[in-house]
Amino acid sequence: MRWLHALEKILSRAAGKKEVRAGEIVNAKVDLAEVNDLYLQVISSFCEMGGTKVWDPEKVAFVLDHYAPAPSIKSAANQKKMREFVWEQGIPHLFDINAGVCHQVMPEAGLVWPGMLLVATDSHTTTHGAFGAFGTGVGATDLATILISGELWFRVPEVIKIRLEGELQPGTMAKDVVLYLISELGTDGAVYKAIEYTGPTVAAMSVAERMVICNMAVEMGAKTSYIRPDKKTLVYIKKHSKRDPVVFDTDPAYQYSDYHSFDVSNLEPQVALPHSVDKSVPISAAPAVKANQCFIGTCTGGRVEDFAIAAKILAGKRIHSQTRLVVIPASQQVLLECMKLGYIQSLIEAGATISTPGCGPCLGAHEGVLAPGEVCVSASNRNFPGRMGSTEASIYLTSPATVAATALAGVLTDPRAVL
Amino acid sequence: MQKTIKGKAHVFGPNIDTDQIYPGRYLELTRPEDIAAHALEGADPNFMRGMAPGDIVVSERNFGCGSSREHAAIALKHAQVGAVVAESFARIFFRNAINLGVPLMVVPGIASKVFPGDELEVDLAEGKVQNLTKKEMYRGEQLADHVLEILAHGGIKPIFRKRLSREL
Ligand code: SF4
Repeated sequence: MRWLHALEKILSRAAGKKEVRAGEIVNAKVDLAEVNDLYLQVISSFCEMGGTKVWDPEKVAFVLDHYAPAPSIKSAANQKKMREFVWEQGIPHLFDINAGVCHQVMPEAGLVWPGMLLVATDSHTTTHGAFGAFGTGVGATDLATILISGELWFRVPEVIKIRLEGELQPGTMAKDVVLYLISELGTDGAVYKAIEYTGPTVAAMSVAERMVICNMAVEMGAKTSYIRPDKKTLVYIKKHSKRDPVVFDTDPAYQYSDYHSFDVSNLEPQVALPHSVDKSVPISAAPAVKANQCFIGTCTGGRVEDFAIAAKILAGKRIHSQTRLVVIPASQQVLLECMKLGYIQSLIEAGATISTPGCGPCLGAHEGVLAPGEVCVSASNRNFPGRMGSTEASIYLTSPATVAATALAGVLTDPRAVL
Repeated sequence: MQKTIKGKAHVFGPNIDTDQIYPGRYLELTRPEDIAAHALEGADPNFMRGMAPGDIVVSERNFGCGSSREHAAIALKHAQVGAVVAESFARIFFRNAINLGVPLMVVPGIASKVFPGDELEVDLAEGKVQNLTKKEMYRGEQLADHVLEILAHGGIKPIFRKRLSREL
């Protein structure tokens, strides 16, 4: 018998096979297929191939998050066509412009559970490894073939194990950990492979923090990521879904394709310099650039914990007069929770601009795009040229705490100095 | 799909992202020939002027990284690129290209061995590339049978179209 990874067991189940092995190509049944509002092409490909009826409407979700609410006639028209498709097909899971970013909204709605196979038209679908799900991103045609057949071909990935130990210093967050990992392993450190995170640091992380490190696994090229579900995961799942989760175990003698171990106890807050996610340096080595805009939000940095630390830094104070702070909760639920806890009030009083849940300026669509020559310090996940507006703008990626400290000072600032 | 693909090499560096393969400012174009006119424009503005149908794109590691836009693969397909041979591919681009019937092969170290203009012959089934100009042979990774079959049909769409019309 061969030793299997939990991810291989998930794929074996989905493919209806006793076991699958790394490198093998299998056809697997998808448990949830999600389409976002950048991908009207899915519907065109579906029709082009002769599709008429979605294979199982219960297993399909549409999330209108990238252009929420629609900033242009073109995006409004795309969303209109998507809604019509959803209604016509009887798809129950439509998350309209009031819901938020797909990777936050789906787990909150109970659509994500351990052991599932989740495919979406978004590269950050690796996020759901935080729940022990096999989540991966695909293009439009792939997704359209799922809508027709319920299946997709997969190459079973090798798995890289990353073990993290040590307690994070106050002011250092999960985002700093993953920025550091990306700078160590590179943007192609895990192409075609899966990343599993383990170790005491991961065990101590909240579900939200785990979502951050899984989310950005894709910035190392990973196909998916994985954290073995534990009590915290199961508590989350119970709270949000009616499912009885099945946790697959990795066999003890499973052979990982690579193994890395990091002690993060002395890790400083990190800054990914323009224009590549792997250009991280400790904040003490980063230039004290003047920030024209500070941004807290997205599927990476827009959860309750993120606004909690921002509110802690900014409550009763005022952001610098020559910067602006854009705050966009990842979902409506996050927004409501933050309102209840008083964070939104504190942030508004400190001078923040609050926008409606969604992707916001993360990919340069609206709600705070950058002018040529501007600098943004951002809690999001990508800093490619032009990502948030002008190609002549610069994006520095940091944790939400660093963004808040920077908003206060007007220049890139170590949050440990203000906590 | 022909068994081998012969064409002139166009050589690119590492991390050619989908923005360089198909710049975002043309995303609203929909006619294939209009899309093709901008293939690889972000990496080499003169690419389309210098290429003939069947030519082969050679690149260092991580070709097709960045946004998952399918336009990148659509542009290469309709530019009639014969094949893309790279040291590695970003995963979503790889899938998009195969689905659209654009042949790909991973060949370790190829970008440093091939010069622009070299005549190449790519053998997908065997997983090798002949450099006819330099009389060299490079071993690549063989594509899985499943992937070869998709390419043989010219992509996934014809396969599904056939399947669905049979079911009707
Ligand atoms: S928040 Fe940003 S990274 Fe996340 S799904 Fe939206 S655009 Fe993509």
